[in-house]
Amino acid sequence: MTLRISPLAWRNLVHDKVRLLVTVTGVVFAVVLIVVELGLFLGFTTTTSGLIDRSGADLWITGARVPYIEMGVPYSERKLATVLATPGVAHATKTIVRFAQWQRHDGRQESVMVIGFDPNQSLGGPWNVVAGRVADLKLADNVIVDELYKDKLGVAHLDETFEIRGHRARVAGFTSGIRSFTTSPYVFTSFKSAQDFATIAEDQTVFILVKAAPRQDVEQLRSRLLARVKDVDVLTTAEFSSKTRFYWMFTTGAGVAVLLAAVLGLVVGVVVVAQTIYATTMDHLAEYGTLKAMGATNGYLYRVIIQQAVISAIVGYSLAMIVSTFVVRGSAKGGAAILLPLPMAIGMLGLTIVMCTGAALVSINKVTRLDPATVFKG
Amino acid sequence: MALIEARNLVKSYAQAGAAMRALDDVSLDVNPGELMLLVGPSGSGKTTLLSIVGCILRPTSGSLRVLGDEVTRLRERDLPAIRRERIGFVFQAFNLFPTLTALQNVALALDLKGISGSAARDRAALLLDQVGLGAKRESYPADLSGGQKQRVAIARALAGDPPVILADEPTAALDSQSGRAVMNLLQQLAHERNRAIAIVTHDNRMLGYADRTVHMEDGRIISDERSQLPEGAVA
Repeated sequence: MTLRISPLAWRNLVHDKVRLLVTVTGVVFAVVLIVVELGLFLGFTTTTSGLIDRSGADLWITGARVPYIEMGVPYSERKLATVLATPGVAHATKTIVRFAQWQRHDGRQESVMVIGFDPNQSLGGPWNVVAGRVADLKLADNVIVDELYKDKLGVAHLDETFEIRGHRARVAGFTSGIRSFTTSPYVFTSFKSAQDFATIAEDQTVFILVKAAPRQDVEQLRSRLLARVKDVDVLTTAEFSSKTRFYWMFTTGAGVAVLLAAVLGLVVGVVVVAQTIYATTMDHLAEYGTLKAMGATNGYLYRVIIQQAVISAIVGYSLAMIVSTFVVRGSAKGGAAILLPLPMAIGMLGLTIVMCTGAALVSINKVTRLDPATVFKG
Repeated sequence: MALIEARNLVKSYAQAGAAMRALDDVSLDVNPGELMLLVGPSGSGKTTLLSIVGCILRPTSGSLRVLGDEVTRLRERDLPAIRRERIGFVFQAFNLFPTLTALQNVALALDLKGISGSAARDRAALLLDQVGLGAKRESYPADLSGGQKQRVAIARALAGDPPVILADEPTAALDSQSGRAVMNLLQQLAHERNRAIAIVTHDNRMLGYADRTVHMEDGRIISDERSQLPEGAVA
């Protein structure tokens, strides 16, 4: 089978422009649906573990059996000294991740997720800071929130003051694009302020973040820490990230729903494309019979039909990517991120071609069974 | 030597629980340089015989040699190559591809043989010139008259340069003038280019073009009459 496009495949496809439009629309609809659902899934998973993935830490020390980041339990901060004394630790810092209540000027309460970290260190802080500086959080009560949640939190500009659990909170900066998977926006602040905002006792922390020394094997360091620090779990960043993602995506069912919608998109695409390619094949069945009589092999006819499917796939995919780009860009300002990384875009091309060629199998079956003797039956 | 040698061909179908013989012990040679007409009433077995000779239909029993090769024992998947390489077909309803131009229709037959690009286009243009349709090469079938369509179909049948051409009612859908033009062309191919041509027809006006007329009835050949043998042809 050669890659050369059969003139018959191309001409049959473009001859009936309405049918081509229906086929391509079906492909576009299916691909956009799949991209949106998979993009949402990817956006959700990235969001759920964003704090962990962007923490800069190699290891997370959590209370025993903590299932995901939002469920951290406080433990004695004295363990930090033991951690810092462990060979192979470059530096370590206390971190708090805890729900709290934000009070707007209009009196309305909003749930927030307070992230307390040490602004003097590089672990666990905010990224994409677009106003203010991380160093501003060294001042007591200062917080950084994301621009996406200004309306939700009632923030109009920098230096505004709010209350978190009765404690003063001054907006010292903004980040861009740091979403929370839950409905509670992240509020970055110093570890000390977070203890006040989240009512964590002064001698307690929720996590300890560890950066391994250069060339230190992280697994070895983990074993060392587990031997020295009692009643905690020591997880690599990848493990804790995966644990958190799994909880939100599969234990809650949120990810399953999104994945099911993506599968639904695939099924819709296959059905629409199969129906139109089948109708096109049926319209040209007599021609396929003629080709068979003239000595065309089944392989030649499969090539014609598959090429029609692949052309439909490529045209539909190209248009769908244009639509998807707009959808993805639009989602950047919304509450739910839809991601479309390059590997996913390339993978979607493969999936679209598989979907369309799969849809052509019904037609191929029909042509395989076609009796060339029909050409002599009027 | 006959290009097609059919011996004792039988084709049976099961119909309402009983076996019905569409062909009953038919033997026939198709020779180069000869235009042979297969005539007879509907249901006499003409088209069945043409389909078997064209390797489109398998006989129930009997022997069929195409250019000396026994084809009844070939596997199903080997038959397309025989049709592609050795036989050209012309159909009653022309069977042109409506989405392709005349040139593309002829080139498609070459595409089946793996000849494409400029080589196919040049050969297709030459064949259309030979059937007098050089000026219509970019026309679609819908824009051609019946006679022109059939001439495109003949050019397509000739594309693979087959020694045998089988035609099923090639003039049935044509007016008498176009029918004569098509028959002249087929006769020319037989006599001047030494093709073996077998034509199924109901059209008595075409009898004058035949070098040989085979009458069929009830699946049997009841007569096989030769007109004067064309000069240079081998019987």
